Amino acid sequence: MSHYLDIIIRSIFLENLPLSFFLGMCTFLAISKQVKTAMGLGAAVLFIQVITVPINNLILTYVLKPGALAWAGQPDLDLSFLGLLTYIAIIAAVVQILEMFLDRFIPSLYNTLGIFLPLLTVNCAIFGGTLFMVERDYTFGESVAYGFGSGAGFFLAVVCLGGIRERLEYADPPAGLKGLGLTFISAGLMAIAFMGLAGLEM
Amino acid sequence: MAETKTELLTLSIFKRNPIALLVLGICSALATTGQMTTAFVMSICVTLVVAFSSLTISIVRFQIPSSVRIGLQIMVIATLVILVDQILKAFYFELSKQLSIYVGLIITNCIVMGRAEGFAMSNPPIASFADGIGNGLGYGFILMSVAFVRELFGSGSLFGTEILPLTTNGGWYLRNGLLVLPASAFFLIALLIWLLRTIDPSQQEKD
Repeated sequence: MSHYLDIIIRSIFLENLPLSFFLGMCTFLAISKQVKTAMGLGAAVLFIQVITVPINNLILTYVLKPGALAWAGQPDLDLSFLGLLTYIAIIAAVVQILEMFLDRFIPSLYNTLGIFLPLLTVNCAIFGGTLFMVERDYTFGESVAYGFGSGAGFFLAVVCLGGIRERLEYADPPAGLKGLGLTFISAGLMAIAFMGLAGLEM
Repeated sequence: MAETKTELLTLSIFKRNPIALLVLGICSALATTGQMTTAFVMSICVTLVVAFSSLTISIVRFQIPSSVRIGLQIMVIATLVILVDQILKAFYFELSKQLSIYVGLIITNCIVMGRAEGFAMSNPPIASFADGIGNGLGYGFILMSVAFVRELFGSGSLFGTEILPLTTNGGWYLRNGLLVLPASAFFLIALLIWLLRTIDPSQQEKD
């Protein structure tokens, strides 16, 4: 159990997707002007991450890995080169299904997450989560933990940045630095702050 | 589009730079800039992928139904990225290990999608190709400038060869630890944006 907890803690604080791997930067910077929208985006990422990382893990184990197709009578087949194409297709499909499902059955949640869902197909944080799962060879249980942890890490980071940017509205920076430049600097300072958590272990 | 092909090429490097002005494709720009070598390889990969995906999509643009265009664009891009990834793995294995997942992430790099959707869908093949190359170079320009500062002052070397002898090796240069950290990329890009926006005030954000 503590092993899974370790993965979660590690992926939230130490290996935070936006702040230490710079994944999902585009949406991270674009949709963090207010805490409220930032929360919507963060929740959508968390939601999709928890679903797609384990699904892609199953696909990897039972279809793509060398010898994974032994159950279909093809023990020599190695389809791992199709990985990138498959993962992105799965992510796009999951996002689409989720959108329709929420629209039909949970309209209140759809109203909060709705506008962010289509954006997330091409979000590097989602795709990066899957790729890290592949690179680190996680088992199914570990991939669930990692999906949750990395999503929660994104949520935390984007909400914090949203809070900081709301305050920055009152600041008076040089004209060229206004907006984007200042956001970059605050994100950089946040990244350094998160590094202070290095060495944290369960 | 009244712009000539050369304009398409050069405009995207400074005036319409994808990273600094349009804020596209920042993820990999920050992550691969610790060393000149990785930044250089990354720029080449992205330039190739943008140029050829724009070309391909532009050629088939009249056959694509608009309801499935995003999916198709991703498929074209993903196929090209798989090619690049496999070539790197086969011939430059060390480099592909260093770039780790960031080559795969070119698929979700907004520059590629942005150019496919914003330019290639409505322009002829040759112009789209030129636009792709231009955007790739613009991306590369930012990547290389950030990597130059980070590697020179962070590790005292360029492309892996020692320029400033470090104190740890008996030289005189005390390296700047901050620049080795990923966070420094944020600051450097912020400064670059500041510089570009001061040169061209029309890019500044108004309230």
